[in-house]
Amino acid sequence: MKKTLSVILAAAMMVSLAACSGGSSSTSTTAAATTAAAASEAAAETEAAAEAEPESEAAEAAGAGVAKEDLKVGFIFVGDENEGYTAAHYEGAKAMQEALGLSDDQILIKWTIPEDESCYDAAVDLADSGCQIVFANSFGHEDYMIQAAEEFPDVQFAHATGYQAASCGLDNMHNFFTSVYESRYVSGVVAGLKLNEMIADGTVTDPKIGYVGAYPYAEVISGYTSFFLGVRSVCPEAYMEVTYTNSWASFDLEKEAAEALIADNCVLISQHADTTGAPTACEAAGVPVVGYNISMIATAPTQALTSASINWGPYYTYAVQCVVDGEPIVVDWCQGYAEGADKITELNEGVVAEGTAEKVAEVEAAIKDGSLKVFDTSTWTVNGIQAEDDAEMMEKYAAYISDGYFHESELASAPAFDIKIDGITDKTN
Amino acid sequence: MTKEPFIHISRREDMTFARAVAIRLIGVLCSLVVCALVIFVITKLNPIEVYRAIFDGAVGTARRTWVTVRDSLILLCVAIGLTPAFRMRFWNIGAEGQILVGGCVTAAVMIYFGDALPGPLLLLVMVVASLAAGLIWGLIPAFFKANWNTNETLFTLMMNYVAMQIVTFCIVFWENPAGSNTVGIINSKSKVGWLPELFGLTYGWILVIVLLLTVGMFFYLRVSKQGYEIAVVGESENTARYVGISVRKVIMRTMAISGAICGLAGFILVSGSSHTISTSTAGGRGFTAIIVAWLSKFNTFTMILVSFFLVFMEKGALQIASQFKLNENASDVITGIILFFILGSEFFVRYQLKFRKKAVAQEVSK
Repeated sequence: MKKTLSVILAAAMMVSLAACSGGSSSTSTTAAATTAAAASEAAAETEAAAEAEPESEAAEAAGAGVAKEDLKVGFIFVGDENEGYTAAHYEGAKAMQEALGLSDDQILIKWTIPEDESCYDAAVDLADSGCQIVFANSFGHEDYMIQAAEEFPDVQFAHATGYQAASCGLDNMHNFFTSVYESRYVSGVVAGLKLNEMIADGTVTDPKIGYVGAYPYAEVISGYTSFFLGVRSVCPEAYMEVTYTNSWASFDLEKEAAEALIADNCVLISQHADTTGAPTACEAAGVPVVGYNISMIATAPTQALTSASINWGPYYTYAVQCVVDGEPIVVDWCQGYAEGADKITELNEGVVAEGTAEKVAEVEAAIKDGSLKVFDTSTWTVNGIQAEDDAEMMEKYAAYISDGYFHESELASAPAFDIKIDGITDKTN
Repeated sequence: MTKEPFIHISRREDMTFARAVAIRLIGVLCSLVVCALVIFVITKLNPIEVYRAIFDGAVGTARRTWVTVRDSLILLCVAIGLTPAFRMRFWNIGAEGQILVGGCVTAAVMIYFGDALPGPLLLLVMVVASLAAGLIWGLIPAFFKANWNTNETLFTLMMNYVAMQIVTFCIVFWENPAGSNTVGIINSKSKVGWLPELFGLTYGWILVIVLLLTVGMFFYLRVSKQGYEIAVVGESENTARYVGISVRKVIMRTMAISGAICGLAGFILVSGSSHTISTSTAGGRGFTAIIVAWLSKFNTFTMILVSFFLVFMEKGALQIASQFKLNENASDVITGIILFFILGSEFFVRYQLKFRKKAVAQEVSK
């Protein structure tokens, strides 16, 4: 009996496999074409490029944009609405949908896509489903977006927080980010004022702050440095300890990291990781906290001050509008406070220090009119030396440091400030 | 006179193949009805639409079908790797780690020897390296079990964490860009060390390798002398010793095979599918494969169906998440209910229920 069963199963398997291979013949041919092109030598590549060019030109000339009712927009999100960073992106997507008047079935969203080949699978599946533009929101998605962009030259791929769009040589691959360091600076000012208040009423003598970071690279370093500079602009004696969770979104790790920082005498916590882990720990320990992405007042009603936040709506609206109009999308898009792409969430009245709202309005105005530069070199030093006096530093960051400040996110949308300044210690040191 | 119980459970002797299949089908149908009720009551969605979306997400387009087939094959490969160990009642829950070390050395070969070796040779080195790494990872707990009778469940589980730390450590050297903790796609431009196409199919090699393993493992366990030894050791070590089987040797040999196949699954993942390495490369497959192996009662052909079903539901989950905004937990609920009924139907295949009246009637008729 068992033998019959296995024979039948084997037969069923053969039939189903044969059916699969039959159905996929068209895809495998295109795949064959792509790899063949990729494998060929430089000469062959130029030839292939020459062939491909008139085709895309023709497509542009004929298409000249997409009718709104034919439009399909794909999103690849690393999390879902329960996770602050993705929730902010989803808000942006909804703002775009409303601004352009798209119906629900024109927005295709793939939720909880990890940073591996699932992202490629999701991207090409969205392209297969007829999306003219596909967005992905997590740093580790980038390679897979490029892989998909190679395969679908007529579909636009836009990746948040990435850095390879300009260098990958594909004109349908784009990066975008916002000047979130500006939001962080403003949230830092809020934190600094709170520190001053705590020092003034005698509850704090040693103004040490803690920061729960995700990964030790430029995006996070730029983020905590701008937060810290914001704090120090109003509370000069503050210093900061940073710890990393090596994960973008892990409630447990972030909560534990915040608890460890509090145990290490930190009197105020901020975060660059995506969950409510740190605010939860702060609420329990009675330590003020500055969140990220979304307002943490619901999580930490008595301790949350505000959160640095990004408004993704402007970019999503811009990029999709470009597709509608048949206009090219810029390779690197980065806007900030002035354009409404960055903000802080509502101030927690009763928890923030007195006069915070006025000070915030003043700092925001200065950022918007350009009179305040977050990475002003006169406000930070490395080993006691200001950047301009350090030849090695000036050589390394020649493209960034000029006119008395570090030009963050101007050359490319992704943050580039990865200098470890005095006053901040991190766990990798 | 003792009171006869209301329900009497007894073993079935007269089960025919057709009836067994029928019982299982009824089980699946019942599960679908229950799922439909749950879907409707909780989400107020039309269950038929949800089922259609699951189907569409898993096999709706040629590409989706291939992704589903690819992932089922990889899961199948791990399940096949676990099978000989489980047949021997060696609870290898370390497949996750064996996959990871296999994937890790595969990535290492791709990164360090990508330019030095010609394509086919490079692939061969990657295969051998992944087999060797998995083999060693499987052999270590087997060695301790064979010599000092350590607990293999804990040992293999702990080996998973060691493997994860090794991968984390390697990523420090391979990460791109520095500090991001991700390796990115390895050799994305040159595609060196990527499993090539076979018969014009992107995943042709995976298909061939895993199906060969499926057939090979089936006959290895059923026909070969070593397969018999595994069964004997699994039933009773004392019997095995009595008939002159070296238990120590069988344990080590079997775990070497088990680990090597799981290591090969790591190679398939890195070279044939993800082209990167991270601590989540194995993605829980080492544990899911345990379900596959057990549900299939260690029949490698049944495993094809079971792994396909599990991956089918997983891919369907993505679709219902994007179509109806139900997150992956909704599909876990559905999968859980279906598995519950499938397992339940096994009970009815093996046993029958006799109610009191029927039992009395039988008594009388005698």
